[in-house]
Amino acid sequence: MSGLIPAEGAERVLAAALANGGDFAEVFAERSAGLTMAIDESRVESVQAGAAAGAGVRVISGATTYFSHVDGLELADIERAAGEAAAALRAERTEPRPLSAAQTTPLPIEVAPAGVPAERKAELLRELDQRGRGAGPEIAQFTASYAEVRREVSVANSEGLYSGDDRTRVRIGAQAVARRDGTVETGAETLGAHCGFELFDDDPGAIAEAASRKALTLLDAGPAPAGLMPVVVGGGFGGVLFHEMTGHGLEADHIQKGASVYVGKLGEQVARPLLTAYDDGRLPNEWGSDAIDDEGVPTQKTRVIEEGRLTAYLYDGVTARREGAAPTGNGRRESFRHLPVPRMTNTYIAPGDAEPEAMIAEVKRGFYAVSFAGGQVDPATGDFVFGVSEGYLIEGGRVTRPCRGATLIGNCLEALAAIDAVGNDFEMKTGVCGKAGQRVPVGTGQGHVRIQAMTVGGTEV
Amino acid sequence: MISLARGAVEAATAAGASDAEAYAVEDSGREVRAHGGEVESLSSATQRGIGIRAWIGKRVGYAYGTDLSEAGVTALAARAAEAARVADEDEFAGPPSSSPAAQVSDLSDPTLGEWSTDRLAGLALAIEAAALAADSRIAGVEQAVYADSAESVALASSLGIAGEYSSSSCYGYVQALAEGDGGRETGLGFDLGRGPAALDPAAIGREGAERAAAMIGAGKPKSRSCPVVLDPTVAASFVALIGRGLAASAVQRGRSPFAERLGDEVANPVLSLHDDGLDTEGFASAPFDAEGVPRRRTALIEASVLHTYLYDTYTANRGDAASTGNASRSGYRSQPSVSASNLIVAAGELSFDELLNEAGDGVLVTDVAGLHSGVNPVSGVFSVGASGRAIRDGELSEPLREFTIASDLVSMLRAVRAVGADSRWVPFGGSVKTPSLLVGEMTVAGS
Repeated sequence: MSGLIPAEGAERVLAAALANGGDFAEVFAERSAGLTMAIDESRVESVQAGAAAGAGVRVISGATTYFSHVDGLELADIERAAGEAAAALRAERTEPRPLSAAQTTPLPIEVAPAGVPAERKAELLRELDQRGRGAGPEIAQFTASYAEVRREVSVANSEGLYSGDDRTRVRIGAQAVARRDGTVETGAETLGAHCGFELFDDDPGAIAEAASRKALTLLDAGPAPAGLMPVVVGGGFGGVLFHEMTGHGLEADHIQKGASVYVGKLGEQVARPLLTAYDDGRLPNEWGSDAIDDEGVPTQKTRVIEEGRLTAYLYDGVTARREGAAPTGNGRRESFRHLPVPRMTNTYIAPGDAEPEAMIAEVKRGFYAVSFAGGQVDPATGDFVFGVSEGYLIEGGRVTRPCRGATLIGNCLEALAAIDAVGNDFEMKTGVCGKAGQRVPVGTGQGHVRIQAMTVGGTEV
Repeated sequence: MISLARGAVEAATAAGASDAEAYAVEDSGREVRAHGGEVESLSSATQRGIGIRAWIGKRVGYAYGTDLSEAGVTALAARAAEAARVADEDEFAGPPSSSPAAQVSDLSDPTLGEWSTDRLAGLALAIEAAALAADSRIAGVEQAVYADSAESVALASSLGIAGEYSSSSCYGYVQALAEGDGGRETGLGFDLGRGPAALDPAAIGREGAERAAAMIGAGKPKSRSCPVVLDPTVAASFVALIGRGLAASAVQRGRSPFAERLGDEVANPVLSLHDDGLDTEGFASAPFDAEGVPRRRTALIEASVLHTYLYDTYTANRGDAASTGNASRSGYRSQPSVSASNLIVAAGELSFDELLNEAGDGVLVTDVAGLHSGVNPVSGVFSVGASGRAIRDGELSEPLREFTIASDLVSMLRAVRAVGADSRWVPFGGSVKTPSLLVGEMTVAGS
């Protein structure tokens, strides 16, 4: 599982990287190939095939990381990149340890997407288009996308690690636009996994109908309320709330720079005892899963909150070494062109014992946020904001009408502590998370979650 | 580079394409990140790649890769042709014809290469030091960053387009952390230019520190409708969104709040907006766009009226218009699509203080969050997270955070009551130059 650079070659690269000293060196090699296409106006278009291969070499000396990368997998080129990374160092050569190959098992792929004819993928998009448009005459626009990518990676470092992974991901997305008179609303849904084309064996067209249904529902929407009120967050993609308001703040780089509201909170009660949460890079075939992280550390299941108590941060190699902690398998990077940073894998709130219906029934006047268009958080201040893509007003314990244009806004620590019910339902969804200019696939999940009070930013003051 | 692109075009036609285009790019970049008085990381790399667009009749496909050997390019050209065979026919598909490139000068700073990485590291460290020194309440810096890029682009097509150009860009920024009143605040400072000599590290650091310190003790405003001043960084984010809505691709597919509004009054007369692909300072400037059509300057909104949308060749064919030279790509990995080049809001005459005075009682917004999720691109309705300062009797007052501002893009353009003189280039979400804007009325939701 380390096929991209032979071990002897990797040892030469590491020796070149440490030629002017340094505490640690690593070479990360990658070969990727993908295909994307879309359907718009019932026409298959934007058919695009891409391929890349290359390697990144980094040397760490004290607090400084030196990094260089090169396109292609020619050993001579990678050695030259190692020389470039080492160029700014001035110390005596250090010796890398001999490599010892790790046994890793990539996630199982049943049907390699590259072996499926492209025409079959175009047919899949046509099916989505028909199902999405068939949801109602008010569906004015419908688009869908298909993406597949295979990434083979190899990692070797000066501590003797020599490992690799072979990752295949597929994902489809559907976006619907519904129109009635002057009102225009949108709805979206996705389906993705770390697996092969077998993902689409089981009614992939359902996401098209789901996207259209959301857009149609919103046609009846009124303005969103504005002000402080109880908020019930839906399962599945609702987990992006936890991802943003807690997950990012637990990434050790933010912690070590003092740029997180969770600094110094390890072992403390940050939520009520009804809340337990995990980051788990080993969930079988989940979108955010891999066999190893991008530094060669096997992925793992990390309990970040146990019955309301903060129990763990998420580390990459650099942050783990800095404080003598064990790496948690969260060192991830977008490609060989990027340095690894601590990133989430699949992050989720474990199911609780509340019935979702009862959670809503207990709310006199509040907001039900079923799914989000996205969110953003400043880990340093803990301030966050989420755009609600599907939301409803709760009045007298009942969901009464859909709302458009709502935003949830708040502060991480306050909102986390205000979670007063966790549902016994559970669902995982796929996302693409951006940090430090790098995008990586992540899973988010939860059942229904209720926040006692949160600011809803709508237009109805 | 140009011979590589020409070879790719030939390979694609040999693979069965009726027409083909190749876009080759080589990019050298460096990045320094400083933290705690030390260099945290120093990266350098050169990357090259090529993207090939192949037409087979009215079908189009795309392939990109980094293997620039003859065999690699031949394989890539074949994949582009294969991709075209999978696509459905589109009557408007077709490559642009060749026309002379526009004249634009000074896209590169020739001294960029003379700056050693040690000197660049010094610049990043100076940014951090300036932030720390600017205010005693600055507790640290999340990151001080310098980055640059020198790019060469070559484009060739089977219809005789053959062009090359080089450009350079660099930027520096800092995210400063201020502490006080039991809370922690962040502030962004940034600057950009063609080369490091154009950056002022002291000003970058000071801006980050001032923005962070100004937020200490911030509270929520009361929910209400009131005048709102958008500072240039915030105004730029909204202008970039408006630019997206003016792309003919969004308009033609019914996904823009500006659809069917050509010739309508869409803005207050104090606001005029141009797309300028030839402004020497604009990072999107070039002699030709991403498919070889000359860049140009296009008036979008003037005297309240929406004059035109932005077109590439495909949308021009479809809209019975001429391309405005607005095909763009984010590197060789993406095929061309319509997008604004440099969006420029004409500066007004009011100083920032005069603008506040004009606002009277309201809110100054200095930061927005959640723009990618809080804006409906079809209807233009938005509700985004914001922070800033209260304005009382025309003067800045207490800091405000955790509120939202809500409106829709067209209503906002119509409600712009005054335009400041403090224009500035802002590189977030596009290349935009804009002054502060006073919006007469917007919904502010806080407590």
